[in-house]
Amino acid sequence: MFKIDQLSCGYGQSQILHDLDLNVAKREIVAVMGRNGMGKTTLFKSLMGILPQWKGQVSVDGHDVSALETHERVERGIAYVPQGRMIFPSMSVLENIQTGLPASARGKVPEDLYALFPVLYDMQSRKGGNLSGGQQQQLAIARALATNPKVLLLDEPTEGIQPSIIKDIARTLKEIRNLRDLTIVVSEQVLSFTLEIADRFLVIEKGRFVIEETRDRVDEATISRYLSV
Amino acid sequence: MEWLSEFGAIAAMQGFNGLSVFCVLLLMALGLAIIFGQMGVINMAHGEFLTIGAYTTYVCSSLTAHFAPSFQPYYFFFAIALSFLVAGAVGWLVEWAMISRLYKRPLDTLLATWGLSLVMQQTFRSVFGAREVSAEPPAWLMGSVNFTDAIEIPRNGLFMMGLTLLLTATIFLMLYRSRWGLQVRATVQNRLMSRAVGINTRKVDRMTFALGCGVAGVAGAAFTTIGSTGPTAGSQYIVDTFLVVVFGGAQSLFGTIASAFLIAQTQSLSEFFLSGSMAKVLTLSSVILILMLRPQGLFSIKVRK
Repeated sequence: MFKIDQLSCGYGQSQILHDLDLNVAKREIVAVMGRNGMGKTTLFKSLMGILPQWKGQVSVDGHDVSALETHERVERGIAYVPQGRMIFPSMSVLENIQTGLPASARGKVPEDLYALFPVLYDMQSRKGGNLSGGQQQQLAIARALATNPKVLLLDEPTEGIQPSIIKDIARTLKEIRNLRDLTIVVSEQVLSFTLEIADRFLVIEKGRFVIEETRDRVDEATISRYLSV
Repeated sequence: MEWLSEFGAIAAMQGFNGLSVFCVLLLMALGLAIIFGQMGVINMAHGEFLTIGAYTTYVCSSLTAHFAPSFQPYYFFFAIALSFLVAGAVGWLVEWAMISRLYKRPLDTLLATWGLSLVMQQTFRSVFGAREVSAEPPAWLMGSVNFTDAIEIPRNGLFMMGLTLLLTATIFLMLYRSRWGLQVRATVQNRLMSRAVGINTRKVDRMTFALGCGVAGVAGAAFTTIGSTGPTAGSQYIVDTFLVVVFGGAQSLFGTIASAFLIAQTQSLSEFFLSGSMAKVLTLSSVILILMLRPQGLFSIKVRK
């Protein structure tokens, strides 16, 4: 469904990602784990076309998106929740969600979005910048879902969020996957969070995938060895 | 008792005078409120887009006088629309050729647009000549309306006020009630993230800049009813215009309106008691004083950082 083929990317002369291959099936949740500076965010940025990729291919549903600009990739079904959430602070919650809606929606937020995040319904007219970290994270996910994606990319969604909300987010993500047949790729450093949601685990180390395990065969100790500093 | 009613009449007319100055300032500042306030582009050539509108109106006026004199009472509406289109189209071209390459270098934009303003002024001079020209305003815009024996309100002032109201309301609706406005505001706050939610920011930028220039063109068309047009007609206004936008607080349309009102009324009222240049000194020093206390301008949106 979502396929990455020999993807390489970097900044200036330093190559960060080395020939990455990944094939994610429909309805699959894949966790990309790794320490800071190992290339998680770089991977996500190049998947979104924010960083130009050096070589390789990215495709959604068999359509190559490698040559497309960021907003065109969104149109093809990739949605992005960046690290640090990056909601639009001086716009209301409602307007934040509306930015993701396609023109055909005429600004009307689908009801199942509010069903997933009831807190956003209550705070519709509040400024995005005045929400708490956890609420902003939910808003960022809702905004990404408003684009009606096939693949959802989440970059460190638990960073700086209190544990009780992390559990909520994990539950919501699984619910969304079931509701919308969504494919999810999530990058993380928190193993407990990914153990709860992911079907497959990848560890990224210096821009290469070094471990790949499915859920039933995952060994917590091996992965956490790569995560500890 | 007679002096009292006379004083009242003078106060009313002076008040209206203040309102006219307010409309002029606001008309000029609206386009810049979009380009500088929303996009953050320091467009030193903004005054020249005003001049484009004024010359477009002049050309319309001469063509009408020459080819279809009977159309004279109505040509002005057509001229306003055409000024909007011409100035907007030039703005679209300028954004494509120049501004879009400089979004990451705001200070270079300042120099580049300043250069552009010189080029445009010289172009006007070469095409229309250095001497000032005037468009012939339609007859129904001349003269004044007598409300009482003592109070006379000029018609072009009333027209200007109506146009300002209409334009402000339209821009307000577009920015805060339309999909385009939503995309503009998102792009302003975070260009990268806007792309990542599917907004074609390049298209939004081009549209926004063109619209801001088009509004300046409309202002230029309106100005032909109160003054004549020369190659540098627009550039004299550029400082006042930036002053209004900065004083009101960038990114706040309401702030732009309030600041235009305050500056205009201060100017107009103090002009009544002091000389023209002293009034200017008073206005400018109070603006500077308030900006020292509130560097972000009169109105700014508060969010936690």
